[in-house]
Amino acid sequence: MSKLFIAASSLAAALAAAAPAYSQGTIKIGLIMSYSGQFADPAAQMDNAVKLYVKQHGDTVAGKKLEFIRKDTGGIAPPLAKRLAQELVVRDKVDIIAGLVLTPNALAVGDVSAEAKKFTVIMNAATAIITTKSPYMARTSTTLPQLNETFGTWAAKKAGVKKVYTMVSDYGPGHDAEGAFQRGFKEAGGEIVGSVRMPVANPDFSAFVQRAKDINPEAIYVFIPGGTQPSALGRALAERGVDTAKTKIFGMGELTEDEARKTMGDASLGIVTVYHYDHNHQSAMNREFVKAYNAEYNRNPNIYAVGGWDGMHLIYETLKKTKGNTDGDALIAAAKGMKWESPRGPISIDPETRDIVQTVYIRRVEKVGGQLLNVEFDKVENVKDPFKARMKK
Amino acid sequence: MASAAAPHAYLQQQARWHWVEIVFWLSTLLPFVLFPQYLQLASQIAITALFALSLDLILGYAGVVSLGHAAFFGLGAYTAGILSKFYWGEPLSLLVAGALVAGLVGYATSWIIAYFRHLALIMITLGLGLLLYEAANSASWLTGGADGLQGVRIRPLLDYFNFDLYGRTAYTYSLIVLFLAFLVTRRIIHSPFGLSLRGIRENPVRMPAIGAPSRAHIRKIYTIAAVMAGIAGALIAETTETVSLETLSFQRSADVLVILILGGAGRLYGGIVGAIIYMVARDQFSGVNPQFWYFWIGLLLVAVVMFLPNGILGGLARFTESWRRRSR
Repeated sequence: MSKLFIAASSLAAALAAAAPAYSQGTIKIGLIMSYSGQFADPAAQMDNAVKLYVKQHGDTVAGKKLEFIRKDTGGIAPPLAKRLAQELVVRDKVDIIAGLVLTPNALAVGDVSAEAKKFTVIMNAATAIITTKSPYMARTSTTLPQLNETFGTWAAKKAGVKKVYTMVSDYGPGHDAEGAFQRGFKEAGGEIVGSVRMPVANPDFSAFVQRAKDINPEAIYVFIPGGTQPSALGRALAERGVDTAKTKIFGMGELTEDEARKTMGDASLGIVTVYHYDHNHQSAMNREFVKAYNAEYNRNPNIYAVGGWDGMHLIYETLKKTKGNTDGDALIAAAKGMKWESPRGPISIDPETRDIVQTVYIRRVEKVGGQLLNVEFDKVENVKDPFKARMKK
Repeated sequence: MASAAAPHAYLQQQARWHWVEIVFWLSTLLPFVLFPQYLQLASQIAITALFALSLDLILGYAGVVSLGHAAFFGLGAYTAGILSKFYWGEPLSLLVAGALVAGLVGYATSWIIAYFRHLALIMITLGLGLLLYEAANSASWLTGGADGLQGVRIRPLLDYFNFDLYGRTAYTYSLIVLFLAFLVTRRIIHSPFGLSLRGIRENPVRMPAIGAPSRAHIRKIYTIAAVMAGIAGALIAETTETVSLETLSFQRSADVLVILILGGAGRLYGGIVGAIIYMVARDQFSGVNPQFWYFWIGLLLVAVVMFLPNGILGGLARFTESWRRRSR
């Protein structure tokens, strides 16, 4: 008879789970990531790097102990991400919010960051406008235009390519990448001879590759999601007889990341991609980072890991600069203009946009000692996000 | 005389408020006092409960299985979001707008829905849901596409109550809307129309023979359910100021179905209890273990379905029934 009473009291009991205590000597950092679901692996890479950074640098900064609270968004879920951020602020009393793998979630958290005046570090989400949502946000990953527009300009100016065909997956990031590449390429004097948007779930690229080949451009720019698609593309390129020596294949780094190269095999040879980090980057610091990451997690770090690593570095250094003051205004002021050496090379936080300024690398897949690797052969230094540079004008 | 009055007496007796119900609704005020830091969660539970309640109307009472109910939720959310961006941000009128758009689409599709049952219905609702999702995805000039709608700005409720960080306004608002929708649902269920819906669920062919037009009834209840789902969607858009493709996703349709089955389909409080248990469990499990919490949710679902095939409320009803019989 009292079924509803039981339900109500079980609700009360469940909600009563201990509210965490707040103590003076600690700094609380709330990590919002997609720990479960489709985007669990990027979050795992990022979280690993966060843990590794804390392990190497100690969990005490400016005399205060760091405490981490991890929250799972389970994929794209802006209302949930926003609620988690609100709860981190009002319930857990965090001082800093960080993580944020996915753009829609990061945008939703932006409102909370602005309203609660909390320093927020975006360790991955790459859509240009995110950092405009809150004056307390800084980013340590990249933006899509930063990579692709730079790549377009580079293709026309440095690679001497004048005619490009673009093929992208028909979804948000695909459209953004297409727009950014075409813009950079055309402004540098290149000509887009044709473009196509392919269905996102597209296992067979033969028809699209054939159409591109018929037009006979000097290069084909491709943007497709990672996972199983790169190998399908590689197969189509081989079947249709596209020779990467004659027709260049351009793309963003995801196209030739570790898993993709493994499944594509030799078909990936000669593909030219743009990215801001690869574990094959040659520097003493990166070699050390890759070694430590491998020792701990038995795999190579990728862009998510380096985003997490640099995000932690930014948090540590700003806290040192403010002597442990966690006020949002103090922290973001400390973050502005901060420069440091990252495993990916020299990077800094743009004082105006709070976005990352970094070197953009152009790489080619080559066989090194029997291994297929992304080998950097050119770079563009000190690249700011071109989208926000235009917004100012 | 007695035979004509009997059904009315039955309905009246059913419609009487039980004291447990009054206790339940009073206890929904407890979070304000006991857990003021959980009001955002409570607000989203209330919204999910409203969404589950709307699904219960068609699935639990009329037997219309839907795997695409998020379509109406998303329509309500996008309507409220887009209007707030371009024209106005007054919450109450946005709620009405969301309800209207979802209701119109619901009414249009109900003409298809009313002609099918069971497996065919699952496929059709699933297909309609996916169509709408893809349409919203490709119309990125209007919906913001994969990044979600940007620039959603909601005015304070009644131009006085701000949607604060703690969620006080959000929960109060969601709870009032949920309660009003519940009253309407309760009235519908305990009306002759509600009774004939249950008849349709049990035997749609026989109902017309006793003078109840099955298809017309299904169209009606489907439209009402769409309106309620649209209100729930508009509520989530207003209280979180975010709208994204996720509101239209298959995941959301599936989640609400799970919630309803968990709580008990075909019971007034099934969706509400399901939403409370599912979302509190999710919040607690994922707080303890952000990577593998889905395992525990899965375990909970399997356990409930195995031991309480009619949901938690169904199980409780059976338990209290047998207990009462034994004590007699």
